[in-house]
Amino acid sequence: MNLDLRIPMGLMFTLVGLILTVFGMVTQGSPIYARSLGINANLYWGMVLLVFGGTMYLLGRRGQRRADREARKSGSSGTIGTARRGH
Amino acid sequence: MTHTNLTYVDWIIMLLYFVFVLGIGFALKRFMKTSKDFFQAGRALPAWICGLAFISANLGAQEVIGMGASGAKYGIATSHFYWIGAIPAMIFVGIFMMPFYYGSKARSVPEFLRLRFDEKTRALNACSFAVMTVFSSGISMYAMARLIQTLHVFDYIFLSAGLPLGWIFHLSIILSAIIVLGYIFLGGLTSAIYNEVLQFFLIIAGFLPLVLIGLKSVGGWQGLKASMPNPSYLHSWQGMAHANTNPLGVEWFGLAMGLGFVLSFGYWCTDFLVIQTAMATDTQENARRVPLIAAIPKMFFPFLVILPGLLAIGAATPKVTTVQHTDASGAIVRETTIPTEVELKGQGLVPAKTDPITGKIVLDASGKPLLDYDLAIPSMLLHYFPTGILGLGLTALLASFMSGMAGNVTAFNTVWTYDLYQSYIHKGASDKHYLAMGRWATVGGILLSMATAYAATGFNNIMDTLQLVFSFVNAPLFATFLLGMFWKRATGNGAFIGLISGTVAAVVHHGLTLPIEAHPGLHGGWIAIVHHYPSDMAQNFWTAIWAFSTNFVVTIIVSMFGQPKPESELVGLVHSLTPKPELGHLPWWRRPEALAVVLLVMVVTLNIIFR
Repeated sequence: MNLDLRIPMGLMFTLVGLILTVFGMVTQGSPIYARSLGINANLYWGMVLLVFGGTMYLLGRRGQRRADREARKSGSSGTIGTARRGH
Repeated sequence: MTHTNLTYVDWIIMLLYFVFVLGIGFALKRFMKTSKDFFQAGRALPAWICGLAFISANLGAQEVIGMGASGAKYGIATSHFYWIGAIPAMIFVGIFMMPFYYGSKARSVPEFLRLRFDEKTRALNACSFAVMTVFSSGISMYAMARLIQTLHVFDYIFLSAGLPLGWIFHLSIILSAIIVLGYIFLGGLTSAIYNEVLQFFLIIAGFLPLVLIGLKSVGGWQGLKASMPNPSYLHSWQGMAHANTNPLGVEWFGLAMGLGFVLSFGYWCTDFLVIQTAMATDTQENARRVPLIAAIPKMFFPFLVILPGLLAIGAATPKVTTVQHTDASGAIVRETTIPTEVELKGQGLVPAKTDPITGKIVLDASGKPLLDYDLAIPSMLLHYFPTGILGLGLTALLASFMSGMAGNVTAFNTVWTYDLYQSYIHKGASDKHYLAMGRWATVGGILLSMATAYAATGFNNIMDTLQLVFSFVNAPLFATFLLGMFWKRATGNGAFIGLISGTVAAVVHHGLTLPIEAHPGLHGGWIAIVHHYPSDMAQNFWTAIWAFSTNFVVTIIVSMFGQPKPESELVGLVHSLTPKPELGHLPWWRRPEALAVVLLVMVVTLNIIFR
């Protein structure tokens, strides 16, 4: 039994994406974007990360639920279900 | 660095990362019930996680900073480290060697050597490997501390607390030590692997926007071409016939044999740092796939880490600029931007190198300031990223250092506990005992890394230093594995004596040769100067070739004079005595071999495009 990595990872990227997107919206048109050639890097990249993080998190929840179901099944059926697990 | 305006957004992002890294460690603690859970991740991780961790374990300080530095120094020829120096070896280890590593049930690479050869070979490898992991981890620690110091991110906190700025270096080392120690102590190899995958995506998240903005600012690929100090910067194979006609200072044979074969195979095929991630997966089939899965992103990473180096050296060198404008009240405002001395004396966005202790600019033999190529990428980050995404970029950088440390520390604690402690110091104790030992070994490994972190100066490119260490230890090693896995007549005595002679050959070669423009000492020539090489890199590659060849020949000769192990003991350890894996049930495109062919075609294509 293990933790599906996509859950904490998805969570982290969602949070970072959220922070950057909100900050990007708040600082729209600010002179800080002179160095990034006028592009609001925070807003655009923040949105990309938000989508990525969200996708990872959902995939992770699905994977975790499936793994929990399998573990419960193999627990009740004895050693048969553990054949595919590590050795 | 002139503009170090980190704001609260940047700090929040960095803090968030550290919280998650430790959080993952805490979340995994309850799964660490046996030593197998702790050292081998229970041998139950999915292939994609191990694959990304495989390449990420390698993505430590030397990759992100070092590749950017080499890109700035040598141009796109640096991609050779990936396309020749990694992909073929990764394919080889996946297809041909993983069945032996995984199938033998060895818990570490030295343990495999014991199964295949004998105790003394294992002891030799375990000791030299332990030293090397500690060295590598220390270099990562040092590089991170140096970077934090140079970027002045902790300056105002220290000044307001009345502490000397020199303590920033020490604080960085202690902080990175505590965090890495924390999550490995709690979650073992699983924690290290999970955080390596996290770091992989973080690097992409931090560097992809940098490449995009940088390319746009320089005018696309054409603009980049025009801004290169030297046209060969964008051709990886140009001038490879002779060492003097290309920026690497190596001719094609030295490159192909030294890097492409000896050093790269020596690393990817025998370094437990990466092998441990492949051995953590759930089936042998997946263990073969892990290096192949890793090879895919590895192939495209040059565009993420080498390109910023090229962009850095091609950018305009900062100069004193005065901007005049009329502000809202009608007054004429004149703003003068004065770059720091290191920026003015640098080239492009690569600043000049300063001595970390005296703070003065280092000059080479002819009085010109040396360039601090390692600062190419950090300099790019500070130049192009506004606050917010800057925090993300810096976090990605810090993550790569800590992950480099972590991979080495997990390799160290496994080798120490199983191969040194359990084998020679305290046999037959309970599993709980070894699990506890593993945790203490983590503490010890971190402490030793801190000690070596204070001794990592001398080269103006981390890559060169690491290649030197690897060539002393790894290059002879690969000959031992090659012969061990593919020649059933190789004996333990042969392996042992071969390894020693290979390392001696490497050291002697280093002592007898010197790169041009270098002083005898750390760069070689400390016995006598018999030969000059055009560059550090050429010397490293040829040291590797000598080490490998000596080991190879000596192992064969000594083995011929001895008795090999009976064939029954070598089943599953030698190619000719191991039944081929039954893959008939898989469609052809699912077999590892098919993926390997696709990878080879891709890497050849990339080489042709960027020749």
